[in-house]
Amino acid sequence: MPETRMPSALETPRVVGGQDYEPADAAAVNAGLDALETHTEVTTPLIRKFGRSVVPPFLAIGLFVGIWQWAFSMKFKPDYVLPSPGTVFTTLGGLFASGRAFEVVWTSLSRGVLGFAMSAVIGTLLGLAIARNRWLRASVGPLITGLQSLPSVAWVPPALLVFGLSNTTYYAVVLLGAVPSMANGLISGADQVPPLFSRVGEVLGLGRWGYIRHILLPGALPGYLAGLRQGWAFAWRSLMAAELIVTTSKLGFGLGQLMDQGRSLSEMDLMLAAIILIFAIGVGIEVLLFRPLERAVLHSRGLRPPGRR
Amino acid sequence: MAIVIDTAGIATGTVEPATAPVGQEYSVVVDGVSKIYRTGAKPVQALDNVTLKVKPGEFVSLVGASGCGKSTLLNLIAGLDQPTAGTITSASRPALMFQEPALLPWLSAGKNVELALKYAGVPRGELAGRADELLATVRLAGTARRRVHELSGGQRQRVAMARALAQNSPVLLMDEPFAALDAITRDVLHDELTRIWTATGLSVVFVTHNVREAVRLGQRVVLLSSHPGRVVREWAVDIQGHRTIEHPLVGDLASDITVSLREEIARHAGDKNA
Repeated sequence: MPETRMPSALETPRVVGGQDYEPADAAAVNAGLDALETHTEVTTPLIRKFGRSVVPPFLAIGLFVGIWQWAFSMKFKPDYVLPSPGTVFTTLGGLFASGRAFEVVWTSLSRGVLGFAMSAVIGTLLGLAIARNRWLRASVGPLITGLQSLPSVAWVPPALLVFGLSNTTYYAVVLLGAVPSMANGLISGADQVPPLFSRVGEVLGLGRWGYIRHILLPGALPGYLAGLRQGWAFAWRSLMAAELIVTTSKLGFGLGQLMDQGRSLSEMDLMLAAIILIFAIGVGIEVLLFRPLERAVLHSRGLRPPGRR
Repeated sequence: MAIVIDTAGIATGTVEPATAPVGQEYSVVVDGVSKIYRTGAKPVQALDNVTLKVKPGEFVSLVGASGCGKSTLLNLIAGLDQPTAGTITSASRPALMFQEPALLPWLSAGKNVELALKYAGVPRGELAGRADELLATVRLAGTARRRVHELSGGQRQRVAMARALAQNSPVLLMDEPFAALDAITRDVLHDELTRIWTATGLSVVFVTHNVREAVRLGQRVVLLSSHPGRVVREWAVDIQGHRTIEHPLVGDLASDITVSLREEIARHAGDKNA
């Protein structure tokens, strides 16, 4: 390729083809236009943000506990069916004090995170293949969408038969629950990439892998993140279902097994404590990991997360 | 690298690196090019035997009504599509600017330019510096870290121009790049484009439906007919000194061309689906 050096704007203008120009004039108008377009970012004070997003959920939880306490004091149901919030929180506190809560949460969470990671790898490769290949999309695409609507608890009995009483059974159920969401998220994310960008890729000479790396994957990121987020929810649900059904002393004692123990001992407070823990983990991962991640990605592109003004 | 498309009437469309360098005489040669789209129910002829030669450093404006295949022609020159017949030769892979800036929103202004530089073979260590230089060329010095959504429409199109320049191609194709901008910004960008063109000596093929714009910018204005696109006529623009869109001579020539353009459009009055 011939060496064509790019002269800087500040070099003396030449007169070519009968045209010249007046740099000072154009520069001034340009600078003026840019100044008029100055972008001002509106930032909300931290206290107001806190008041808008953190306080309301806690108010709602407080209200819920209040109604619960009221229902308990009205004695609608016997105490062993409807224990007081105090009893449940005491049980929960006891689980933490004995260290058992950490053990149980760790067992389930480590299964969940490992299953999620495996699902992410498989879901990403699968989604990428389907997004890029027309034949795969027509053939496997609808199956993936169909799998997404299948309750993953349905996979527990067959997985149990195939893999027996082993951790593999849990992972199989988690994968079948989470992979379709993740693959579909990536596919719909890839569909959101404007067709114009593939022409940009061609003009810039990115080639196949350059296109995937610089345009397809970053362009699909918002949809992909939504898929990962949904994949996490499905993975966590599938895992809890599997742990509830597959209870054996051979395997680690997780949150599902804790629930099952409460059921077999008819201890409602233990079951409710386990439910609170399951809920807290599911919501915690969502709020602490996925929501900030999604917000950061959308914000950097000048977009807003859905449902937010 | 040159794109040589050899045809024997039907789309044999083989793209191969040129063995002989493209002559010094022309940087783009479109020779007897036809394009027929067969995707619909009946074939649509977009271009019919179009011949266009662009000298190094020449600025050619292409005008025509909708359906004249202006964008098709640019896509063919850019190598995004293959002609059904005829040959297209270009000095290297041309840079192409679209009506939309088409900047990648997940990258900053500077990174958008760096991506083009990277694939033009600029070493990694020089990317940021070169991107800054190019942004300064389009008078956007110091905006390398700005996000695309923080820039105005005119600024985005200038970043797109910097990205096109980053490809370091002697040929720049422009597909109605200023059509979506307001009149004042467009005016300023006309000045910018003229300045950059005179400073760099690029060959420019500028497609527009705005006759005045074509005359304001080009050394030569080529009128294409519609359905199918054919070269109807061409005008040399011989206006000395600083040109503006309001320049009386620009207006005079634009009026002449508009008369021809209207005649061309009127010929289609009897067409079906009009």
